[in-house]
Amino acid sequence: MNRLFEADAANVLAQLSTTQPIKLARRDFLKATGAAGGGLMLAIGLPAGALLGGRIAQAQEPGKKFVYPPAAFIRIGTDDSVTILVNKLEFGQGVFTSLPMLIAEELECDWKNVRAEHAPAAQVYAHPGFGIQMTGGSQSVASSWQQFRVIGAAARDMLLTTAAQRWKIDKARLDTRDGVVIEIGGQKRRINYGALAEEAMKLEVPAKIGIKADPRDFRLIGKPTRRVDAREKVDGSAQFAIDKTLPGMLIAVVARPPVFGGKVKQADLDPTKITVKGFKAMFVIPVDRGGSGVAVVADGYWPAKTVRDGLKIEWDLPAGPTTSEQLAQYKALASQPGLPARADGSPDAIDGAARRIEAEFEFPYLAHAAMEPLNAVIDLKADRCDVWCGSQFQTVDQIRIAQAAGLQPEQVNLVTTFAGGGFGRRANPVSDYLVEAVHVAKGMKTAGLDVPVKVIWSREDDMRGGYYRPLHVHRVAIGLDAKGRPIAWQHTIVGQSIVKGTAFAKFLIKDGVDHTMTEGVVDTPYKLPNMRVSVHHPDVNVPVLWWRSVGHTHTAYVMETLIDELAAAAKQDPIAYRLSLLDAKHARHRAVLNVVREKSGWGRPVAKGRARGVAVHESFGSVCAHVAEVSIENNAIRVHRVTSAIDCGTAVNPLGVEAQVQSAMVFGLSAALYGKITLNNGAVEQSNFHDYPVLRIDEMPEVSVHIVPSHAAPTGVGEPGTPPIAPAVANAVFQLTGKRLRRLPFDLASA
Amino acid sequence: MIQLNVNGRGVSVDADPATPLLWVLREHLGLTGTKFGCGIAVCGACTVHLNGRPVRSCNTPLSAAAGAHVVTIEAMASDRVGRAVQDAWVRNDVVQCGYCQSGQVMAATALLKAKRNPSDRDIDEALAGNVCRCGTYARIRAAVKDAAKALG
Repeated sequence: MNRLFEADAANVLAQLSTTQPIKLARRDFLKATGAAGGGLMLAIGLPAGALLGGRIAQAQEPGKKFVYPPAAFIRIGTDDSVTILVNKLEFGQGVFTSLPMLIAEELECDWKNVRAEHAPAAQVYAHPGFGIQMTGGSQSVASSWQQFRVIGAAARDMLLTTAAQRWKIDKARLDTRDGVVIEIGGQKRRINYGALAEEAMKLEVPAKIGIKADPRDFRLIGKPTRRVDAREKVDGSAQFAIDKTLPGMLIAVVARPPVFGGKVKQADLDPTKITVKGFKAMFVIPVDRGGSGVAVVADGYWPAKTVRDGLKIEWDLPAGPTTSEQLAQYKALASQPGLPARADGSPDAIDGAARRIEAEFEFPYLAHAAMEPLNAVIDLKADRCDVWCGSQFQTVDQIRIAQAAGLQPEQVNLVTTFAGGGFGRRANPVSDYLVEAVHVAKGMKTAGLDVPVKVIWSREDDMRGGYYRPLHVHRVAIGLDAKGRPIAWQHTIVGQSIVKGTAFAKFLIKDGVDHTMTEGVVDTPYKLPNMRVSVHHPDVNVPVLWWRSVGHTHTAYVMETLIDELAAAAKQDPIAYRLSLLDAKHARHRAVLNVVREKSGWGRPVAKGRARGVAVHESFGSVCAHVAEVSIENNAIRVHRVTSAIDCGTAVNPLGVEAQVQSAMVFGLSAALYGKITLNNGAVEQSNFHDYPVLRIDEMPEVSVHIVPSHAAPTGVGEPGTPPIAPAVANAVFQLTGKRLRRLPFDLASA
Repeated sequence: MIQLNVNGRGVSVDADPATPLLWVLREHLGLTGTKFGCGIAVCGACTVHLNGRPVRSCNTPLSAAAGAHVVTIEAMASDRVGRAVQDAWVRNDVVQCGYCQSGQVMAATALLKAKRNPSDRDIDEALAGNVCRCGTYARIRAAVKDAAKALG
């Protein structure tokens, strides 16, 4: 993923919309602020004519500075309330708090008056470097760091100008504090932002604006700040898409083919045979991957699901994998060289090794299993479509919905709601669940049901709905010299490409190699001579997708367990050995290793029956290390304590960073201990949390998170805690058992 | 029509008696704070109090709630223990995506009503049925203890 965001001014819009030009969704923007114009809420902003009346691509032409209108992001009410329109999905990572902090830092409003709302889908809200509105790649704070502070500073400047005009004094004699413009000296007048906002909105946005250069001037950034969305999430009032209701709305549940791309061959869809109360209609619809299914519509989820579960459907099913056979094929591929992803030095260097380490690793498919099952609310009309969903990919979804509905993207009003997790699943290049929902809505029209619909996936539907972290096999041969130092590293990775065939291929696939599979290996920070990496990308009938930390989910495990093995071969301390392979350029790696060494009690005695393991990994620009304290009880791995350190540049909200490192760690630990999706002839075998277990509170280790102090620009936080936990635990297990775990989820018997 | 008492108010519901209480609350009564997570009583997102006991509303049929007192997350702010739990959740910055937290608050409130000073083990046992994919468990533990302290 990192590479995606390094692509300068790369723009997927063109890739997404080969058939229709994407117009700037100005109507949406005006509506967003127009809603504020009617009453209490007044938008500050700029004349409509200045509103970037072109395509985002033009605005991002090299050399042209894109000016973000504060009105698109800030509403100041006459009651002095400050509402920040957040252009990212709030799905747990805390953007409703951290992004408003960036604006409030420069706006100098009163934090107590700040609230957050999801921005509508519109091009002004696109990722500044990437051209689409999206949430992912641990980029939310990092990509908004400059942009949001500039927006806040511009708004403050417009308020100052307004006050100066009103009082007929020089702007230089004005200052701001906590939402008040203050006259320095003179009459020492004061005026609240709320009394200035209406006039301020008529001003032009300053073309150039300064932001605080010295971190010592920060009043909010760097201060542990509680979430602004906490109360509504503990009293049940927070609205997720699944909670959305519209007048007359019906509920739909879909019977999808048991193998991806399967089609309905025959089904008894005679509605007169259905006696379930509340049943309305059922019909065949196109579903993802060229398949078809049956939508059942009723006045509630339960009647819809009851009818759906009772349907007798004969399917035409394509071939699909059986996991054991797929693994055997992958292992056969892994023993042959593939497409080169890195080729340093000599391929023969390994021949001179005094000894070799050879290892083969297996990683299963993983489901995202977010707490809120997939769902969407759709109100489809002849000339517009309103959609409520927890989208990580507003621009993509808007285009895909429009294509399915036969509308223009600007006719699609996509309303982003809170999402009950996502972890990548709601950032789908083909918008599978939304396109399907449009087909349900279209089918309802044909059936004479001209009302909005909410499509709800059961947990089983969600678990079996595909778009998994791909299954992988890694095969590595390392040559060591007589002192146990690596002299050659030969590495083959087998796995499906996540981005092949999508709008992202252009940016992430190079010479046939999908970087999302090799990230974390080809860019290893360790000095490893004669490193050669090659890949195989088999096509398999299982949809795959990014899953919290993407390729690092498996590459970190391979690299960090093997480095640990090398340390053992060299009879060195695992942390000291890592430091010896990390040069000064990798100061962040060195910093976090030193912090966890100090904070975890590393090198000091550990409780009887326990051992410590360490791992460090860079992802999304940040570096995270964990030390895990582990025991084996009743032949099961138990993690008692995890000490974590992260260097993420400036920690805008340290309380949020701590939460995300814990969260990402737990996510990785769940997968390491339990996560496994398997298939039998293309059909997914797991269905719910009983056979796809996740970590529960009684397995939660004690945790402490240490943030390396930094004034560098912020880097990723949501994901970097995930990759190093599995190898840290595995390295502790090695200390306990002398066995190297090569298969995930952990299976002590297989080691 | 099936009669029951929800958050202190008598209601009549016209639904199949086999309908899970969860969907009656969400779709018939508009109480969407109670969440659908798994449908098979293994994740706890749908936890409500039925005659004072925490139950999974996703596998509690409406018929089993007939004549009963059902209390949902929407009533917690006006419940002394429930409010203390919510306040502790906010103080400890527990929530992330928030989807499971209605169930967590309901389970923690039931625990604190039964045990004023729960041990670590009590907390783990009472809340082990409530999955949180954001992994907020460390702060949940701290918040339960904080709420217990606040309740005195």
